[in-house]
Amino acid sequence: MTETIKTDVVIVGAGPVGLFAVFELGLLDIRAHVVDILDRPGGQCAELYPEKPIYDIPALPVVTGQQLTDNLLEQIKPFQPTFHFSEMVTGLERLPDDRFLLSTNGGERFDTKVVVIAAGGGSFQPKRPPIPGVEAFEGKSVHYAVRRMEAFRGRHVLIVGGGDSALDWTLNLAPLAARVTLLHRRDAFRAAPDSVNKMRALVDAGVIDLTLGQAVELIGENGVLEAVRVKRDDGSTHEIAADDMLPFFGLTMKLGPIADWGLQLNENLVPVDTEKFETTTPGIFAIGDINAYPGKLKLILSGFHEAALMAQAAARRIDPERRIVFQYTTSSSNLQKKLGVA
Amino acid sequence: MAKITFIDPAGEQRTVQAEPGSTVMEAAIRNDIPGIDAECGGACSCATCHVYVDEQWTEKVGGPEPMEEDMLDFAYDVRPTSRLSCQIKITPELDGLVVSTPERQG
Ligand SMILES: Cc1cc2nc3c(=O)[nH]c(=O)nc-3n(C[C@H](O)[C@H](O)[C@H](O)COP(=O)(O)OP(=O)(O)OC[C@H]3O[C@@H](n4cnc5c(N)ncnc54)[C@H](O)[C@@H]3O)c2cc1C
Repeated sequence: MTETIKTDVVIVGAGPVGLFAVFELGLLDIRAHVVDILDRPGGQCAELYPEKPIYDIPALPVVTGQQLTDNLLEQIKPFQPTFHFSEMVTGLERLPDDRFLLSTNGGERFDTKVVVIAAGGGSFQPKRPPIPGVEAFEGKSVHYAVRRMEAFRGRHVLIVGGGDSALDWTLNLAPLAARVTLLHRRDAFRAAPDSVNKMRALVDAGVIDLTLGQAVELIGENGVLEAVRVKRDDGSTHEIAADDMLPFFGLTMKLGPIADWGLQLNENLVPVDTEKFETTTPGIFAIGDINAYPGKLKLILSGFHEAALMAQAAARRIDPERRIVFQYTTSSSNLQKKLGVA
Repeated sequence: MAKITFIDPAGEQRTVQAEPGSTVMEAAIRNDIPGIDAECGGACSCATCHVYVDEQWTEKVGGPEPMEEDMLDFAYDVRPTSRLSCQIKITPELDGLVVSTPERQG
């Protein structure tokens, strides 16, 4: 286990709102740690619609999800946030001295004065494939991630999907498994062309199998898979023998561990006041899509406003003695120094 | 206005009036048609407004664009007549369109 990091603020979620919170906190001299289960920043904008245009960001007539993310990263650069990617915040405990202990599934721990929950629609997690009864096989024969490649040595592995994850694992497990079969709905792949070419070469060399169709039934007992029934486009079905199945059906957002933090929840949202965007637990704030208050709109624009007001209140909690002077970035040499432009 | 009929997996039919220029998904949501979730709100970023276009209509409606095909990879029981209803724009020619909703959305 790594050493506990002592800090003023941890932001849970690196979506657009978590990123902008780094900026607003930074103007008040507060440096933040930012944790996200994804392997990169941007939340929904980067994961769900990187190339789609957004038209309602003030003063940006049109910007794509990825551009917005890139712009935010540029804007918060002077405040040097520490990012912790591919980590899910799993635990939040209150410490006796009014601080909080946050822990992640990767074993990181933060001792912090303020927690900012900017978790959007929840953590991104692998989507369960639409196959009836798949739950019973999860963990034993159906895996959504590869933790240890060795676990698949000598096994018959069925990989389902047509994106990068499916193709990458097909290529990586081919030398190890007894046999890898790639199952996809159609003979066109979303994955990088280079991976697709490599996959096709392995198929031509007879090293792996490629089957077109959709998995409709898992055959086996007590969670131990024996075969997968596959339906072809013409409606006919056949079975593929398999010990393990790795389905890659994209990501979906689930509230996840936040539900276990003893926070008041209202239909999976965290109620806050509209002065500080603080939860009913002082020191824990919630901003962006994850919060709820009368009149809430799940818009990026609203999340930005919430971040600004939250930062004021967080600063007061971190240093109650401090007098906060209202300043403009245009005219305050003090703020400009922090931004590195003075 | 164009008439659109939704048939659910049990065979029940619901016919609604839809405005040309809007999408089949929007017509479904506005009229509380069961079986259309439309999680992403019509951005072709999920696969939860999946429908089967009636055989009589497939030619007029046309097939999916590549981006829509990519999303259909995440849908349940995809068939040759599968479309995402947020990507079907209603035109006067589609007056009378019939689509079925799948047993479940992805
Ligand atoms: C297709 C589509 C189009 C949209 N178009 C617009 C638009 O035009 N205009 C607009 O204003 N809004 C739009 N939105 C909504 C907008 O994307 C959201 O309002 C915005 O992303 C919310 O930002 P956020 O930072 O609050 O949360 P998110 O973007 O959801 O980010 C939250 C992050 O927190 C992470 N996380 C959650 N829990 C944990 C945990 N326990 N541990 C670690 N990480 C965690 C998640 O992995 C995620 O990356 C659109 C959304 C979609 C899906």
